[in-house]
Amino acid sequence: MSTTATPIEVNEPSLKNSLQDYWAKVKSGDIGSLPAVLGLIVLCGIFGVMSEFFFSNRNFANLLTQASPVIVIAMGLVFVLLLGEIDLSAGYASGVCGAVLVLLVTNHGFAWYTALPISIVCGAALGLLMGSLVSRVGIPSFVVTLSAFLAFQGILLLLAGEGGTIPIADKTILAVENSNLTPIQGWLMYLIISIAYVLSGLNRINSRRRAGLKAELLNLWILKTTSLLAITGAAVYALNQERGNPPLISTRGIPVVVPIILAILLAGTFLLGNTAFGRHLYAVGGNAEAARRAGINVKRVRTIAFVICSSLAAVAGMLFASRMNSISPSTGGSSTLLYAVGAAVIGGVSLFGGKGKMRDAILGGLVVAVIDNGMGLLGYGAGIQFMVTGAVLLVSASIDAISRRGASSN
Amino acid sequence: MTEPILSLCGVNKSFGPVHVLKDVNLDVHPGQVTALVGDNGAGKSTLIKCIAGIYTPDHGEFKFNGENVTITGPRDATALGIEIVYQDLALCDNLDIVHNMFLGREIKRGPILDESAMESLARKTLDSLSVRTVKSIRQTVASLSGGQRQTVAIAKAVLWNSKVVILDEPTAALGVAQTEQVLNLVRRLADNGLGVILISHNMNDVFEVADNIAALYLGTMAAQVAKNEVIPRQVIELITTGASAGVEKAGVN
Repeated sequence: MSTTATPIEVNEPSLKNSLQDYWAKVKSGDIGSLPAVLGLIVLCGIFGVMSEFFFSNRNFANLLTQASPVIVIAMGLVFVLLLGEIDLSAGYASGVCGAVLVLLVTNHGFAWYTALPISIVCGAALGLLMGSLVSRVGIPSFVVTLSAFLAFQGILLLLAGEGGTIPIADKTILAVENSNLTPIQGWLMYLIISIAYVLSGLNRINSRRRAGLKAELLNLWILKTTSLLAITGAAVYALNQERGNPPLISTRGIPVVVPIILAILLAGTFLLGNTAFGRHLYAVGGNAEAARRAGINVKRVRTIAFVICSSLAAVAGMLFASRMNSISPSTGGSSTLLYAVGAAVIGGVSLFGGKGKMRDAILGGLVVAVIDNGMGLLGYGAGIQFMVTGAVLLVSASIDAISRRGASSN
Repeated sequence: MTEPILSLCGVNKSFGPVHVLKDVNLDVHPGQVTALVGDNGAGKSTLIKCIAGIYTPDHGEFKFNGENVTITGPRDATALGIEIVYQDLALCDNLDIVHNMFLGREIKRGPILDESAMESLARKTLDSLSVRTVKSIRQTVASLSGGQRQTVAIAKAVLWNSKVVILDEPTAALGVAQTEQVLNLVRRLADNGLGVILISHNMNDVFEVADNIAALYLGTMAAQVAKNEVIPRQVIELITTGASAGVEKAGVN
């Protein structure tokens, strides 16, 4: 007996409806990365007014390379945080894997293209160990990764030799944080990614329309896409301007690390948004028991999340090595991990699990880097910097908690 | 009367020394709601868990569509078309309705999730159940009311061409209007040709929606009778004492 059922969604997509839907989503606690974007704009405004150097091209490029290791660790942490777990060891995991890379290249004469995969496999192995302890033995991730935090610090000390640093001279590794794409390469990359982005967006809308489903409003999509492309285009333009000291040294172009971060962003976003594994990750973070009853292998999902997190930490280790030209016993230590967790949370990843996206890590990482960089330019010491970063983190965590409360009291 | 879609005969289950189910018989007919009633500890949960494959009965016969089957795990039950809607619903709050309905059984094209196909099918299922209370099937489950959540859980169960749906106290936590909604939905499931097992403590619900009533008493099937042959007082007697004047004891082989 099927009555002539009216379709569930009767409201025609219009700009007004789309805005209403978005506002309803925000009110129901799904604010996503909105606070991070607003925070970024406000912070840039303040520092831009107070320091004329802040908006210079050189500082912009500097900001990106400065932020990149923390952003990569944060992107890895997203996977673990989505489960409602934590990985405190990711900072030192990057140090250990970076040391493996540097030792292989400097002391054992490996080429970078063999050494780098080996160091990433090391990261994956560390993640597999921790993930198995969490998911199969059932030890809380806080304890497992806290022990790993201490143990990895010890491994790094042993690898580096007491007080010693291991230098790296490999041109390719050093190029990652210290070289730039040529302006032509930069524009070419921008062009290819833009075209791919536009095509995939149109394809998504089209296929939904063909299936008779409510599709995103075309006008709104055009508005969003053009503004995103305009902002990123402006960034490419700015980075392609001369920021060196010609005729002595000419420095221009997108830092090499940017395409690397974009590649991780694309791969991670695809994994989380378009594959069954990604869906299961969100499900386990939202309600592990429901996921288990739905036939999802919860233990496997947990383990894989830790493996991904530590593997990306290994990539960050490579960035550290490239940035400092060496690995020291403090690489990935001090505030690295806390900044990375802070970046993810500021960007909108929930510490309670089940909520967050890859791009949140980048937005949050930029917020952390902008505070660091801007306060430095204004001449404030590390003390004030830490306090401000801590305050921003606290504000984001409160927004997360309050928005959750708003959602559950509906 | 039609052939039963699911027929249990002489099912026994013990946990160590505790004999929980003793020679239980149960028939579920397509197009009918079978209410399973019984006091706490009577064995209702154990019985449905045996049907859903979570427990394996010690001995006893299972007939599905007239054929002998053995159910040794949840996957066997799912493969036969037996779905269970748990009391705590097992939904992920952070996922939307479509994601929840397809959780663990996503439709994929290659390695990629086919969102359009899943959304179309989810909507078709909800439409076939005449569900009109949800505004958008892309809203997260966290934003739904209790009745709507129950609806999603039930729709999830019928999505897979299931033949038998087991509902564990679907109205226990609901208000009056939402209870009505869910009971209507339960009725519609049966009208669509499914065999429905409804576990309930509420005699009003049972008498409103069930076609026949199976009463468990201390692990034995006190009686399985058509609804119009009994009155609520007799069912309560079956639940509390295992027998009632005028009701025939369930067939003992």
